[in-house]
Amino acid sequence: MNTTSDHRDALAYSPVRAYVLEARYEFLRLLRSPSFSVPTLLFPALFYLLFGVLLGSRGHGGASHYLLATYGVFGVMGVSLFGFGVSVALDRERGLLTWKRALPMPTGAYLLAKMAMAMIFSAIISLLLATIAFTAAGVHLAASQWALLWLINVLGVLPFAALGLWLGSLIGGQGAPAVVNLVYLPMAFLSGLWLPLSLLPDALARVAPIWPSYHLAQLALRVVGKDDGQPVLLHVAVLAGVALIFAVLAARRLARRS
Amino acid sequence: MQTSMATVAHLQGVRKRYGAVQALDGLDLALAPGQLLALLGPNGAGKTTAIQLLLGLQTPDAGQVELFGRSPHELAARRGMGVMLQSAGIADNLRVEELLALTRSYYPQPRSVADCVAMAGLQGLLDRRYGKLSGGQQRRVQFALAICGRPRLLVLDEPTTGLDIEARQILWATLRELVAEGVAVLLTTHYLEEAEALADRVCVILAGRCIAEGSVAQIRAHVAQRRVRCLSALSAEVIAQWPQVRQARRDGARLEIVVDEAEDVVRRLLAEDAALSELEVTRAGLADAFLALTQDADAAARSLPEAA
Repeated sequence: MNTTSDHRDALAYSPVRAYVLEARYEFLRLLRSPSFSVPTLLFPALFYLLFGVLLGSRGHGGASHYLLATYGVFGVMGVSLFGFGVSVALDRERGLLTWKRALPMPTGAYLLAKMAMAMIFSAIISLLLATIAFTAAGVHLAASQWALLWLINVLGVLPFAALGLWLGSLIGGQGAPAVVNLVYLPMAFLSGLWLPLSLLPDALARVAPIWPSYHLAQLALRVVGKDDGQPVLLHVAVLAGVALIFAVLAARRLARRS
Repeated sequence: MQTSMATVAHLQGVRKRYGAVQALDGLDLALAPGQLLALLGPNGAGKTTAIQLLLGLQTPDAGQVELFGRSPHELAARRGMGVMLQSAGIADNLRVEELLALTRSYYPQPRSVADCVAMAGLQGLLDRRYGKLSGGQQRRVQFALAICGRPRLLVLDEPTTGLDIEARQILWATLRELVAEGVAVLLTTHYLEEAEALADRVCVILAGRCIAEGSVAQIRAHVAQRRVRCLSALSAEVIAQWPQVRQARRDGARLEIVVDEAEDVVRRLLAEDAALSELEVTRAGLADAFLALTQDADAAARSLPEAA
């Protein structure tokens, strides 16, 4: 009808609000799914309370420091692998992804929203663990150490989000939780997230560096002075490589379906 | 933008193959402002593929797809379009108002929430979670999400499947209003009465081609040809050459002839075969006619030595 004003408004359109709302509602949607939010938010904290505080106070003096770092990584992995792997598989299966692609949703909003969601969940898990560590486990760190741990957990989302996205692009929604758990739990165990690698059989401990979670754990452990002493750059390079490779694989896989 | 007054969207000579299946085989479609085009056809005819091409979800193997003079892959083109698909997989645990807010944010000049509620019949549903709604209420939400961006083209894939009669009436009334305001609508439906009630133009698709296109009256006229059936030994091939005869086919002892005017053909049949029996002449309704159209085209395609 009044095409000039239509045209002007079309030019004035800013997608910022769409990006923000997409992220907000992705977060709310998963927060309101107890099957996602309860295990991802509470398991790292509960495990830490059990093994880092209650059991850790006897004998192993360093357990509360060690597990603060590794359960943070455990939480990051859970949020990223489930938040991308399972939810992308379900969105694909139910047709949400198709519908969103038909709509004029701004480019990348879908994935950026998931990324923001996973980072917010990660930040919450990190804060929960820090609160328990400080109040119940008597872990005292410098402010910069707390901040660095928190930052490692938030940025640690990237490689596992890429891995999750790739899994989500391959598998169906029904089987997704089982497949993701099969990747998540063994990898966590074999990377020394539950027990120090020194307590694992030698052969398993030696191959730990093939898991991306090992490298993120080493970065976190370095902050509390409990890492194996390899260079930081090695860990960062491996994690960046994992993020890149799986992001490319997932992008190709998802593009082929369109 | 200048071309948008003439046609809102078009498909031209579009072909699309999935493996061994030729889903679309040279389809042409054009949508003009203020026009409702109904796409009819049996399952697997290519309706969904045609819609996916128009939405930019697929790329054609050959031919051209344009939306507001642009590629449907461009966001700017899709900002003029609203979409309702058969299954949207919408997040169960978001509230209706949240879904509306999110979808409205994709568009430069969205409708107010109050307008969306009124036009789609969402009164009292805004603070309910999508997953707690009945199937019919969910379809209404999907319709609201399709119109919330003030689209100039509305693409609706089976919009009234799962709706009760009252909800269907609301949707029909809203569609008529939108078309009167100049919105172009592309609709697929299983319900022929829906096409009859709403459509300015109907396109019947079969095996990836448009086998009949025109106004509802034209389509009905097309199919309001008479069918003559009888038991006769006359050759179908010969009868097919007679004037007024569209098609003649033998099915065992039975002859089936599609004709424009029955009287002359019947007179000649009776004159040429004294033993002719069980003569019947029928006129098809739109539903029968649609069936007849698709069956005829189907049989014609199958009788060819090789499909293209």
